[in-house]
Formats: sequence, C-alpha cells, structure tokens
Amino acid sequence: MNFERIKEKLTILADAAKYDVSCSSSGSNRKNINKGLGDSSGMGICHSYSEDGRCISLLKILLTNHCIFDCAYCVSRSSNDIKRAAFKIQEVVDLTINFYRRNYIEGLFLSSGIFHTPDYTMERLIAVAKKLRLEENFNGYIHLKSIPGASDELMREAGLYADRLSINIEIPTVSGLKLLAPEKDHKDFIKPMEKVKNEIIQYKEEKKLIKSTPKYAPAGQSTQMIVGATGESDKDIMYSAVHYYAKYQMKRVYYSGYVPVMQDERLPALGSEVPILRENRLYQTDWLLRFYGFDVRELLNNEHPNLDVDIDPKLGWALRNMHEFPINVNTAEKRMLARIPGLGMKSVHKIINARRYRKLSLDHLKAIGVALNRAKYFIVCDTRDWRFNDLAPERIKSMILQGSQSKYQKMYNQQLRLF
Amino acid sequence: MQSQLVYDGSFDGFLTAVFMVYEERLHVVSFTPQTYFQTGFFSERIEVITDLKKAARVWKGLEKFKGFRNEVYWSFLSEIEGNECVLLQAIQYVLKTAHVSDYGHPQLLSTAQVRKMVGREKHRMEAFIRFQLTKDVIYFATIEPDFNVLPLLVKHFKNRYADQQWIIYDVKRNYGLYYDLSSVTPMQMDFAKNSSEKSIFTQDEADYSELWKNYFKSTTIKSRINLKLHIRHVPKRYWKYLNEKSPG
Repeated sequence: MNFERIKEKLTILADAAKYDVSCSSSGSNRKNINKGLGDSSGMGICHSYSEDGRCISLLKILLTNHCIFDCAYCVSRSSNDIKRAAFKIQEVVDLTINFYRRNYIEGLFLSSGIFHTPDYTMERLIAVAKKLRLEENFNGYIHLKSIPGASDELMREAGLYADRLSINIEIPTVSGLKLLAPEKDHKDFIKPMEKVKNEIIQYKEEKKLIKSTPKYAPAGQSTQMIVGATGESDKDIMYSAVHYYAKYQMKRVYYSGYVPVMQDERLPALGSEVPILRENRLYQTDWLLRFYGFDVRELLNNEHPNLDVDIDPKLGWALRNMHEFPINVNTAEKRMLARIPGLGMKSVHKIINARRYRKLSLDHLKAIGVALNRAKYFIVCDTRDWRFNDLAPERIKSMILQGSQSKYQKMYNQQLRLF
Repeated sequence: MQSQLVYDGSFDGFLTAVFMVYEERLHVVSFTPQTYFQTGFFSERIEVITDLKKAARVWKGLEKFKGFRNEVYWSFLSEIEGNECVLLQAIQYVLKTAHVSDYGHPQLLSTAQVRKMVGREKHRMEAFIRFQLTKDVIYFATIEPDFNVLPLLVKHFKNRYADQQWIIYDVKRNYGLYYDLSSVTPMQMDFAKNSSEKSIFTQDEADYSELWKNYFKSTTIKSRINLKLHIRHVPKRYWKYLNEKSPG
C-alpha cells in the first residue's frame, strides 16, 4: 500500500463527504451465516464521535470529488478551486476491510462526485459494494448514494449489495433547487427514489412466497435536506419531509444546518452561524411525528409556520392546547401520555406497566425518570396538594424557562447585554 | 440477628446464596464477596459454598420470568457494593407476586436501572474496543470496564469477527476471551513476561492506526465544533481505548 498517497486521498475525500449527515448503521438484517466477516443484524453502533459531537459509525468518503455539476451549496462544485482526488476501487475495499477488522467502523458510506455520466459513476459505486460482498465475504453495513439520474437497471443492482440507499434532495423546495442547482432537474432525484421504493416493495412480496429471495436494501432509503440556505420556513421543510416519509417510505429524513462553504450571493455569507438550534428543533419535530403520534398539522400550520426557538415543539404544542390538560397519569391512554411535555416514550412505557399495580405519585414519577420540571404543569397523579394546575400558558412558559439553563440561551436571548 | 453471607463473588455463588436464604428462612441478610470480607459486629457469618445444583434450581425457578431473570444477571455483573441485597429483594418480590414490570417497586426499578447501566457499558465496549493486529495474526484488545461486561460480549464479537482470531482482555479483572476461529474460551495472561513492546504488532498496524486518526480529523466539521457534546458521548475515561484520542 502506498501509505502517503492513500493518506492524502483519505484526507481530501473524507473532508468532502463530511457534510452528509446520515450516519445510521442500524435497521439492516444481514447476518453472518457463512463464517465471513461482519454482521449487521443488531443495533447500530457509534464507534466514535468527532469533535463536532457527531457520531462516527461508517467510513464516510467520496469515491472522487471530481464533479461535472456546479451546485452552489456544495464544496465539490466544479467551479470551486480545491484539490481533487479519486480512489481506486481496490483502495476503498482495503480501507473498509482493515478498519472494520479493527472495530473502528460498522461499514462503508460511499458517495461520489459525478464524473462523465451519472450511470458511469453509479456503476463504480456498485463495483465497490459488489467486491466487498462477493470477494471479501463482507456482511458489514454498506450505505450507497443513489446518483441523481442513474438508470433503473443500476438502481436495481445497487440494492442487491447495499443495506441502505439514499439520495439527497438537499433543497426542500423546487424553486430553491432551480436557483442553486440550475443544471439539476427535480425529476432526476425522484426517479431513483421511486425505483428503489418499488423494488423494496416487490422484493418483500416475493420474500413472502420464496424464502431464498435475496435481500434488497434491507435498511431502506433515506434523504437529507439543507436547512437555512434558501429562506424556507420550518413548515416548508417538515411538510416536504412528511411527503417523503409517506410517498417514498423513507426510513429517515435528515436535516442539515447549512454550513457556508463559499461566497455566493444566492447563499448566506461565509462565516454566518450554522443554524444548529433550528436543526435540533426540526429533529425533535421529526421524532414527535414518527414515535409520538403527532400529526404535522398540529405542530406546524399557517398560524405557526415556524417552530418556537426557546422551547421544544412538544411543550410549544401543549401551551397552545391547554384545554387538553391536565392529564391523569394513572388513567390516561398511551396516546395522551405521550403528549405530556417532559415524558419520553420510555417513561410512558414504564408508567403504563407500573400503574397496573399501584397508583403512581410524584415520587414514583421522579424515580422513573420523568422530567418533572416540565411535566408537573400538565399532569395530575396520586399526590395531593397540587400547586401547578390552572396557570396561564405564558406563566408556565416563563417558570419553565427560569428553572432551566439552555446552552442555546445566547442564541435566542434578544435582549442586549451590557457586558 | 442479621446474617452475613460470604460467597465467592460468582453468579452461581450468588444464586446458591439465594437458595440458602429460602432453605434456611434467613431474614435480614447482607452479601459479601470473599475478597472484601470483613466481619460485622452484630451479624452471624455464614459461608456459602457454591453449589451448581442449587444455583440451577434458583435459575430454573425464575424461568417463567425470562426477561426479569436476564435483568438480574446483567445487574449482578455491575459488581456494585450491596447490589446483591437489592437483587434478592427483587427476586423475592417477583416470586411472590409475579409482578415483573412493577416499576413502582423500589428494588425492581433499581434492578432495571442498574441493568441499563451495565447494558450501556456493554454497548460502549462494543463501540470503543480497538483491535491491534499482532504478528501472530491475532487481533488483540485490552479493556478496563467499570462493570464486568466481558461475558456479555461473547456473542457480539463471535458473530462479527467469525473469520479472524481475537483476544479481548480485561486488565482490571485479569482475564480475557480468546476466539480461535471455532469457539470462545476464557484465558489468563501474564503481562509481566511479555511486556507490551511495540514489536509484537505489524507495520500495517501502525499505518492503519495512522489512517484512522487522520480520518477522524478530516471528518470533523470545524465550524460546528462542540466539545461538550463530544465529551458527553465519549467520556474521558474511555479515551485510553481509542487510538484516535491518544496523543501523537
């Protein structure tokens, strides 16, 4: 191995791939049955965390950062003056296998700039996955990018070797895409997505009849949207996320606060702050939709097109809907328990089990791990002398904010500070 | 009078002790692993001789409550001082009432919570263990986990690295696991003799370690640095395992 050269390539091509936020290594069911290497049937594992606090579970690299497109939001755009490099197929295979054997990673996340044509690029990505699976007997996790505009035949083949396929729509609105990536067509993103969805459904159907049907992208597909590059509202973002979840059966939609990478008058200026808090609120909303039984229209609508910055979206919803509260934790159904601010689904589960045997008091809830600083305003339980009900929403909000310290406080504190 | 049960510190020993509590109708008891033995002034000392048959009977007695039984085992591995009493009370409560998911019961809740701590440690080991390839073509790693999670790691690593020989060694408790391409066996090593010279590892090893460190740096987004979050995910006590966090 030409160590120095590989090291340089790895630096360039890892650096260019890092803006893709997907790091999931879970949801697949590829077992190690042939005494090969690796197993991705369990839960995902984060093997490390980079200094920006993000999980590292996959070797996330580009095959090359040469690209024929010139999308304004992307570091690898063709007009950007940066160092370019390209891995050979065997080099990626070697890196993956050797990192995996040392327990550094769960698998490979392979993306690429588009060189020659979309199909040519997609073929290369597939070749890496195919080699890992067939020659190296590798059962670890493989996440491949679907290249916009790749043909149906290639997408069909990709799913046979990859655990997950993803294609980033990046810009949540069609008009935004026109502005920032004029050469790309919205349809080029949708077509591979549609194909993968249909293949997944078809393989699942066949699997029911013929047990030996091969796996097709067992961990499903995902996508990513950039937040804060084109002035879209939280409502725009979440409504389009819901659309992708429903229409293309996405496993995940990721939200990525835009990191200014170059000067362009269509984009926020270099050095403007990454909207980390907003990103966080969007993920919280995403979770409320997927696990807590909320409908997106309850959280975001024409009266509330943007999420609250200073409080989490569930608390925000509760304060706007005080008529639903207080909720009695000893009798309420699961659906309503999940709507109490300060209760996660784990606590909900514990409460439902525990209350079969005795009435729960404040002390029980505390021991279970409920965040009472928020929950206490919205519940009744088996503790008398309750002082927290019948307060006005504004009062509750100010009491909660006073009692908590957020690391984000400086971002939403509008008051001028003297020192 | 309080009974002080002195047992050998093993899980079977603990189960034997539980058996004795029922057999001899002991009331207030405390448990002491042999190594920490200290006589209390006001307690009667009872020696527990580990009896696999008795242990198996207790284990079987909990068969109906498989989830809870596993919880007891995992929680036991925490080796937290005094935890055996909590487990005993939880077992007694479950055998009497069959209320396995009564999280309003303090000892049951505590058992579940300690199990969770052990589970977290196990998961961290699965994440943070770093193998190094020796010249004998064995992938080697040392650990010093807070809890005795090594027995819980067998299945995961055996499934994952089925085609390579590996050793995971718990330096704190001085025993390890060795996988020889067919099965996993416990083993002990004498570190004094083969002191950790660099030369037992291959040249490739140093190169891949370097590449990994390099990758770790390149994949960080500088404008989003958040060291507080970083440290919360990778607490400092685990840094010793991680080559990407070691200086140089």
